[in-house]
Amino acid sequence: MSLLKQSILSINKKLAAREVSAVELVNASYDRIASTDSQVQAFLTLTKEQATARATILDAVLSGGEGNAVLAANPLFGIPMGIKDNIVTKGVRTTCASKFLENYTAIYDATVISKLNASNAVMVGKLNMDEFAMGSSNENSAFFPTRNPWDLTAVPGGSSGASAASVAAGQVSFSLGSDTGGSIRQPASYCGVVGVKPTYGRVSRYGLVAFASSLDQIGPLTNSVEDAAVVLESICGHDAMDSTSAEVSTPRFRDALTGDIKGLKIGVVSEWIGHGVEVGVRDAINTALKELEAAGAIVEEVHLPHSEHVLGTYYLLASSEASSNLARFDGVRYGVRAQGVKDLNELYVRSRSEGFGPEVQRRIMLGTYALSTGYYDAYYLKAQKVRTLIKQDFDRLFETYDLIVGPTAPTVAFSLGAQFEDPKTMYLNDICTIPVNLAGLPAISLPCGFSKEMPVGLQMIAKPFDEATMLRAAHAYEQRTTHHNVLPAWKGGNV
Amino acid sequence: MSETLTQKPFETVVGLEVHVELHTKTKIFCGCSTSFGAPANTNTCPICLGHPGVLPVLNKQALEYAMKAAIALNCEIGSISKFDRKNYFYPDSPKAYQISQYDQPVGLNGWIDIEVNGATKRIGITRIHLEEDAGKLTHESSGFSSLVDFNRVGTPLIEIVSEPELRSPEEAKLYLEKLRSILLYCDVSDVKMEEGSLRCDANISLRPWGQEKLGTRTELKNMNSFRGVQRGLEYEEWRQADVLLSGGKIVQETLRWDDAKGITISMRSKEEAHDYRYFPDPDLVTIHIDQAWKERVQASIPELPDARKARYQSQYELSPYDADVLTSTMILADFFEESLKHTKDSKSAANWIMGDLLGYLNQHGKELTDISLTGAMLGEMIGLIENGTISSKIAKTVFKSMIESGKPPKTIVEEQGLVQISDEGAIKAVVEKIVAANPQSVADFKAGKDRAIGFLVGQVMKETKGKANPGLVNQLIADALTNS
Repeated sequence: MSLLKQSILSINKKLAAREVSAVELVNASYDRIASTDSQVQAFLTLTKEQATARATILDAVLSGGEGNAVLAANPLFGIPMGIKDNIVTKGVRTTCASKFLENYTAIYDATVISKLNASNAVMVGKLNMDEFAMGSSNENSAFFPTRNPWDLTAVPGGSSGASAASVAAGQVSFSLGSDTGGSIRQPASYCGVVGVKPTYGRVSRYGLVAFASSLDQIGPLTNSVEDAAVVLESICGHDAMDSTSAEVSTPRFRDALTGDIKGLKIGVVSEWIGHGVEVGVRDAINTALKELEAAGAIVEEVHLPHSEHVLGTYYLLASSEASSNLARFDGVRYGVRAQGVKDLNELYVRSRSEGFGPEVQRRIMLGTYALSTGYYDAYYLKAQKVRTLIKQDFDRLFETYDLIVGPTAPTVAFSLGAQFEDPKTMYLNDICTIPVNLAGLPAISLPCGFSKEMPVGLQMIAKPFDEATMLRAAHAYEQRTTHHNVLPAWKGGNV
Repeated sequence: MSETLTQKPFETVVGLEVHVELHTKTKIFCGCSTSFGAPANTNTCPICLGHPGVLPVLNKQALEYAMKAAIALNCEIGSISKFDRKNYFYPDSPKAYQISQYDQPVGLNGWIDIEVNGATKRIGITRIHLEEDAGKLTHESSGFSSLVDFNRVGTPLIEIVSEPELRSPEEAKLYLEKLRSILLYCDVSDVKMEEGSLRCDANISLRPWGQEKLGTRTELKNMNSFRGVQRGLEYEEWRQADVLLSGGKIVQETLRWDDAKGITISMRSKEEAHDYRYFPDPDLVTIHIDQAWKERVQASIPELPDARKARYQSQYELSPYDADVLTSTMILADFFEESLKHTKDSKSAANWIMGDLLGYLNQHGKELTDISLTGAMLGEMIGLIENGTISSKIAKTVFKSMIESGKPPKTIVEEQGLVQISDEGAIKAVVEKIVAANPQSVADFKAGKDRAIGFLVGQVMKETKGKANPGLVNQLIADALTNS
């Protein structure tokens, strides 16, 4: 088993006991990447030189008198991490898995990167994704598709597919992803790891290349709920650089992991376990619900009346915002610039046509259309109103329930290329995750069993800024089950 | 043509869109300096350059300046204000959208009063909104490339849109002058059209007298001075009338004013107009403005020119003209009021300011801020005239010396020995000497020629280097002549 499949706190203890050094951790990460990444294809950029230099400095700190005090205060000290390639890193290229930004290097660090650097975590590289986070399979990467360590002929999910796959493969201890409509949770589900989308405003978006600003949120992908709590403690918090960042304090999430969920009221969304849900997924969820009841939770079926409008609402709003957010990629200042153009208009058209892949172009066109004069009221404005209704559905449920649960995705990971021809089928993968983004709520996906030998994810959704309750329930469930300890099967591979 | 017509053939309708740069220290959504004249692209950062991943954070000072301007222009301040994205591709816009305000601007339904032919006319202001400025493009003469300077991008701007209630190019100019004056009083902008901190686009249309429906309008751009606005509108007024009178139709289009040639040139027609796809900017939060905030901003607005002008007429009994001149800028009005802390003679202070002070400034091409003369110094000097220390004539010398040396009047009077001679005995001695030396003048006086007195007074003043108290000199000469 990869050293990096062990919990962050146990690695921290090993560092304290001098059983392992920061350099050895980094080496373990690169060794694992060397032996597995030709099959997983998770990394777009490796930063071995910087990571090794950083780990060497950390080891020097450890050998000083304050070493163990620093370790006690910084559970992420020396922990190797991977970063989704839409989070900017100063001096290391940030491509968003797009040809447009193939050679783009940011001149500043995202706030989460500054925070993780301050926590002494060590970035080993940048992770593949669907181009500009648009997709559910990682197949929309302009460079290559990432594969699922459970079955190398299956997708890892998306858009943070490589963030999930790299953690599942033991290449890194944890990774960061971003979640606009399920882009952390769905790949976490497909790859059998834990993924958290925090409350909108909990984690600064400064330095996250925007897809849909009102929906995007950065979050961790980890091997366990406890690891997720540890990473969240580092990356959450108000940021003056992000106007939408909430001025709330960050709890010590680890303290919430008591294992006690007696009397917790849980609503199960009936729309998510009915028609269209894979039988194996439904069975795994039902078994998980029984486990939660056995732990003392009260589980009842609930409804989200506006479920059927979720996809339409999301694709109008997210695409509208994306059409504007991606307008800055115009070929004038950075990224792809078409050569041999005759005028400014041709510069724009050709640079963007050459730089963006088909899914990105499709969403830009959809969003541009939805915002156009004469269509704005019927599409964008109407979608905003439905968004409010969806949010109110949740508000009502949270008057009674502490958590809302269901599957993270209606199916397990599908085969590479399976849905490529029909974007609408692909969009259906996000049916259970999208409403959470529309309502700005926190949610977690954690392993809850298998269907067709592939991992199934259980999604738990909490009230705004009540990640603590969500983590407590997820942790309690995890303590009573062993799904998270099952290692990827590497079907079709030879690891 | 105009000489033969007592009335123009059509009624002119003008509305103005004015952009004003707010002089905050930093840009509207990032911490970059707004200072003018820095080397190209040095006042920039990832945020104003629109790099991937950056986010805007509103500069509160910019919002409060906009609120201040809106309140001073009699606008309603909504309790909610928000920002929207105006989407368009152009190299001067690094995000390919401008953060602006669409349907919930800072201010709505305001007005400005202007004086037209002695009567007050109220011009409605539709809205005032806050937005960010674009960068500056320089097109190279080769025609192959253009250069972009992003120093200006993100400078806070307010756009002030008037109702189409101006009825002549002259009124447009008066509106702009009043607008500038109010904004200067509010201290929110330098408002210099020549330097681009005030920019004006003008919509103009003509319609038959008595018709309510507006005619087809054209939009004028690229005017670089208030005079340019007036000239451009006058040209367009003439051009449109010419088209209409010859049976043609006005094409709705945007025109560029060529100041050197004195003509307008078509830039683009309505068909090429953009669809800006406005939508609320999800990166910024809705602004909630409560009554207390409004009142705090309101309290920071000084007494505005109209109110001050009215007060000068009633409190200081100044003529409308004098009051108008003295309130033309706040710095001049403050100067005037500062002088009145040292003298009660408001008319004298007004005269010195409007005559000697403005004359000096005009003559030397200077601003009041360029010289070290203060209102207090002027007031003290008038006090010296009132208490007889110096004569009005000597005061002219003192005044000039104050401007040039920056020294207070008392010091100048002492250093240059300019104290007025009011010692009767001393003046009498000079008078007797002059009378004795000019028997012809005495004879003239006796023959009934009163003008002789003037000559003798002049001689005495000359002898005393102007320092003799003129009242005493007059009286003593009269006495001497009657007694001789």
